[in-house]
Amino acid sequence: MSVNVRIPTQLRPLSGGASEVAVEGSTLAEVLKALDAAHPGFRDRLFDEAGKLRRFVNVFVADEDVRFLQGIETPVAAGQTVSIVPAVAGG
Amino acid sequence: MPFVEGLRCRECARPYPAEALHVCEFCFGPLEVAYDYDAIAASVSRERIAAGPLSVWRYADLLPASPDGLDLGAGFTPLVRAERLGAELGLRDLWVKNDTLNPTGSFKDRVVTVALARARELGFKVAACASTGNLANSVAAHAARAGMRHIVFIPSDLESGKVAASGVYGEHLVSVKGTYDEVNRLCAELASDHPTWAFVNVNLRTYYAEGSKTLAFETAEQLGWHAPDHVIVPIASGSQLAKVAKGFKELATVGLIEETEVRISGAQAVGCSPVETAFREGHDFVRPVRPSTIAKSLAIGNPADGPYALDAVRASGGSIGAVTDEEIVEGITLLARTEGIFSETAGGVTIATLAKLAATGVVQPDERVVAFVTGIGLKTIEAVTEVARPTAEIEPTLDAFAASVEIDD
Repeated sequence: MSVNVRIPTQLRPLSGGASEVAVEGSTLAEVLKALDAAHPGFRDRLFDEAGKLRRFVNVFVADEDVRFLQGIETPVAAGQTVSIVPAVAGG
Repeated sequence: MPFVEGLRCRECARPYPAEALHVCEFCFGPLEVAYDYDAIAASVSRERIAAGPLSVWRYADLLPASPDGLDLGAGFTPLVRAERLGAELGLRDLWVKNDTLNPTGSFKDRVVTVALARARELGFKVAACASTGNLANSVAAHAARAGMRHIVFIPSDLESGKVAASGVYGEHLVSVKGTYDEVNRLCAELASDHPTWAFVNVNLRTYYAEGSKTLAFETAEQLGWHAPDHVIVPIASGSQLAKVAKGFKELATVGLIEETEVRISGAQAVGCSPVETAFREGHDFVRPVRPSTIAKSLAIGNPADGPYALDAVRASGGSIGAVTDEEIVEGITLLARTEGIFSETAGGVTIATLAKLAATGVVQPDERVVAFVTGIGLKTIEAVTEVARPTAEIEPTLDAFAASVEIDD
């Protein structure tokens, strides 16, 4: 089943310039693993040496911050969108 | 601007050119402006600053842009001795930095003038932002002044004063049905799709954030080039607090003040206190929350600079307090009745937190303390409508007055 991943500007060089990439996976961990398999380099950018999401990376599944869900184990349904968004200053 | 060497990732120190970049391409850490401090030290002096404009641009040597044509008069606001407030709180040397007196009524003018000055240097023609209200007001005003187009984004539940104070400038004001954090995320993605827009707190964030240093610069200058012992700073994204800390350090680095440790304490509303929670629980990361507080200008549940605010508070020996909505209103009225300053809800958070930290001995009676009051009350009158009402309503006759009003001469 296919999931759309929205890629921020900073990471588009890895996706050949694409702003969205379709991959397979039923959890966020699987989706990001598939993303790295399709476009090598994402893993190092998104995860620190300890294998945790970097602290300035925000990830949303269907517009919900995964820190309010089950983090990296958050289930992802077919057709849902995963967004990778850098942190932004205040307003 | 002549002293800017480039940008540098705050996390991994990778260098970048001084363009509209805000995030490290490698680790997603925020970028910071890198200066040639030796060159600044050789150029800057107290006299040179005193001869400059009565705005944040008197500190241009320590800012990453030139002000040409984009100075609405941001900054250089009064620092007032707060004896009556101090007496109520048991503090003998208390001062209030009255940043309600900025061109659009909040400290945001400091960051926007810097961000849009740099945006114009980089050739941008459209100014944009994600805002809890004050930032949108300031971006719209400065864009109008600069002859730029603008498009500003706000959550739909804002106070009417903050909506009007953006709409009056006559361009795009997009009200988003969601929280500030949702507006913010939308704008982060829009910024990717519209690289020709200068989102002051997204792609121009690196320059924007530097404007907050001027709160520290002015405070020191107004105290006769001495840093205070302790400052109380509200926390929304955490950027302001982290930059105030940086501002005091830079003044010492370039020789304008003696090397001193300024204690920095933060203030949040209980209804949105992710940084206070992290401080209390001893974490070095900030877990996002869903905000619910009348202090809408501080209602950022996912504060991007929260970790740096925590670092700055801990390194300085400060603390972080949180106050309820009821205490926020008490803070607003306490400041108003003791010092004649009408603050918005964020100022209520600052004053109420100061009161709490003073009562618990964190802020000490003999410290020279400066509280940053960062926005004007006229934009958030909803917060005080219950307590700020006519004390009498009468017919226009002397008898009616005599019958209903008693006042001590």
